[in-house]
Amino acid sequence: MILERKDILGIKELSKDEILLILDTADSFIEISTREIKKVPTLRGKTIINLFYEASTRTRTSFEIAGKRLSADTINISASTSSVVKGETLLDTARNLEAMNPDVIVIRHSAAGAPHMLAGMVKQSIINAGDGAHEHPTQALLDMMTIRAKKGHIENLNIAIVGDIAHSRVARSNIYGLKKMGAQVTVAGPATMIPRDIEQMGVAVHSSLDEAIKEVDVIMMLRIQLERQHQTIFPSIREYGQRFCLSKKNISLAKKDVLVMHPGPINRGVEISSDIADGPYSVILNQVTNGVAVRMALLYLLTGGKA
Amino acid sequence: MNWLIKGARIIDPSQHIDDKMDILIEDGKIVKLGHNLSPSKKRGMEIMELAGLVVTPGLVDMHTHLREPGFEYKETIKTGSEAACAGGFTGIACMANTNPVNDTRSVTEFILRKAAETNLVNVYPIAAITMQSQGKSLAEFWDLKEAGAIALSDDGKPVMDSAVMRRALEYADSLGLPIISHCEDTCLSSGGAMNEGFPSTELGLPGIPGIAEDIMVARDLLLAEYTRSSIHIAHVSTAGSVRLIRDAKNRGIKVTAETAPHYFTLTDDDLRTYNVNAKVYPPLRGKDDVEAIKEGLRDGTIDAIASDHAPHALTDKEVEFEYAASGMIGLETSLALSLRLVSADVLTLNQLIEKMSTHPARILRIPGGSLLPGAPADLTIIDLQHSWTVDRETIRSLSKNTPFLGWDLTGKAVLTMKDGVVTFDELHN
Repeated sequence: MILERKDILGIKELSKDEILLILDTADSFIEISTREIKKVPTLRGKTIINLFYEASTRTRTSFEIAGKRLSADTINISASTSSVVKGETLLDTARNLEAMNPDVIVIRHSAAGAPHMLAGMVKQSIINAGDGAHEHPTQALLDMMTIRAKKGHIENLNIAIVGDIAHSRVARSNIYGLKKMGAQVTVAGPATMIPRDIEQMGVAVHSSLDEAIKEVDVIMMLRIQLERQHQTIFPSIREYGQRFCLSKKNISLAKKDVLVMHPGPINRGVEISSDIADGPYSVILNQVTNGVAVRMALLYLLTGGKA
Repeated sequence: MNWLIKGARIIDPSQHIDDKMDILIEDGKIVKLGHNLSPSKKRGMEIMELAGLVVTPGLVDMHTHLREPGFEYKETIKTGSEAACAGGFTGIACMANTNPVNDTRSVTEFILRKAAETNLVNVYPIAAITMQSQGKSLAEFWDLKEAGAIALSDDGKPVMDSAVMRRALEYADSLGLPIISHCEDTCLSSGGAMNEGFPSTELGLPGIPGIAEDIMVARDLLLAEYTRSSIHIAHVSTAGSVRLIRDAKNRGIKVTAETAPHYFTLTDDDLRTYNVNAKVYPPLRGKDDVEAIKEGLRDGTIDAIASDHAPHALTDKEVEFEYAASGMIGLETSLALSLRLVSADVLTLNQLIEKMSTHPARILRIPGGSLLPGAPADLTIIDLQHSWTVDRETIRSLSKNTPFLGWDLTGKAVLTMKDGVVTFDELHN
């Protein structure tokens, strides 16, 4: 099977079969990263540009390692979003990069829809590495890969996503993906962090952590962006932590074999306590490991690879 | 300048005329409407046969942005006038958010001088309510009126300070100057890029709730009631505003309102592709809002249809959605999009012409909107059957930012006449 699309812009556009193809391909790549020589020649001669308009350690490094393990040439560009206002536009930057004939452009941008704009303008494959509060498809794919690896399946699992849903691209991509794979999804957070009409995405909504995680198989905690406190969407970090921090006190409400996930970077003691983040339920570092495999799979499939 | 127009269906809501009649025009003025008129002895009298076409009072767009002075790369008074004629307009009122803002006599005079140089359309400057539209101190209303401004608006921005708005309404009313209010509570709308609703949630774009408009409409209605002055609400986009305005009219408040074609044609679902050309303020709303707007047009709550023609160059638009300028051009598509309301039985053709000509002229207290003898011969000749496609190449506006590119529309102004002079002619060319 091959992936018949030029770009990966979001999970919304992907079919269940496409998601399965990507996850299966990622599973087959996981072994490469355990070898002593962690490199295969698959993408030799291919050029991948990581165009990051927003700070990122995990995702950018993950894409870079993914490309390098497949022997592609990877180039990182960290651009400041301010250059959008002053200086070269995103489109001009993209056209310049296009003129250098890369094969894939990975883009992260604080503005929702930026990768979609690029995809319509340049001939290269575009991978969305996170656009504003819209989508973060590779994160959702690595999350699904992790869940599948641990649980054997995704169908019929009860999954809670907790935190600032309104500003989270991770939440949106996971909702699309997990629903497609047959899971039941609940979102929870302070009412001010629940975006309007989210129920129409087919999720249950709770404003209490305890209610949301009752008997669930998976808990995904989202990072609280501390600076949002100034936008009065919640009173204080302290109060948020008291109401929504996943800790020993409340984890027992979930199923015994619950998986605790977090896209990182974590705020210890705010959305997740250290004993949970580092404890037996946590698969946070498995997520990171799987992230490399998922991104290898996408780079491989988008450049014409067959699964 | 001297014409006998024969064979057309004449629609003049100001005289309750919808009939096959002839129009006699002498020296750029309407002399007579009647059946089987003969040409007069005037020199150069020409006969124009218009069988199968509709003749209406020249359309009046009460809400246009001409961008000059200051943003001539987006539009000029000349290109805007050309677009207006092609869209069937003989009069346009231009908003004050130029650079410099039209808050002083010299800017108003500049606009009128430039418009006269082109002389394709009657340009009516709307001056700012507050200096630099900052919402703080009042502009010199009387002096602006003397210079030729016909109304006041800080359009693009609300007057957030209720005390300033109160004083503006009182002062303007005493001068007979209409105040056109851009209703937006910026505390609620700040940072927003589109309507708040399910589409904004899915797209991850910051939302602007409909109540950001409703709350200011409510405030302005209360202010108008209290000060016993009249107020005009610009670009109504929400069901809430329609309801508030309807109730206010029933209670005798002197309020008039306009909407724009995009608010009854598109919804926030049309932003699914991050189409920057559909980014506009107020934003495209939901289906319920669109239905309420249509109902408001049908029952007379909304008096006028205005284009809110807002030209932006490619460089303002070809950026990330959140950074893209808001607004769309509308002068050349306004009539055809509004005619869809007639085919959908929302409005009669007579009511539509009322909302695009008679009412705007009356609200702004300017000439036009009527074919009464003695009135300037400002006419729009419409071919209701004319099918055409919105095409970037044929748009006369300097900017091409419209979400309707590629749309197939039916109905078009095929000839426009101002003061008896043909300003646009697709019929004979």
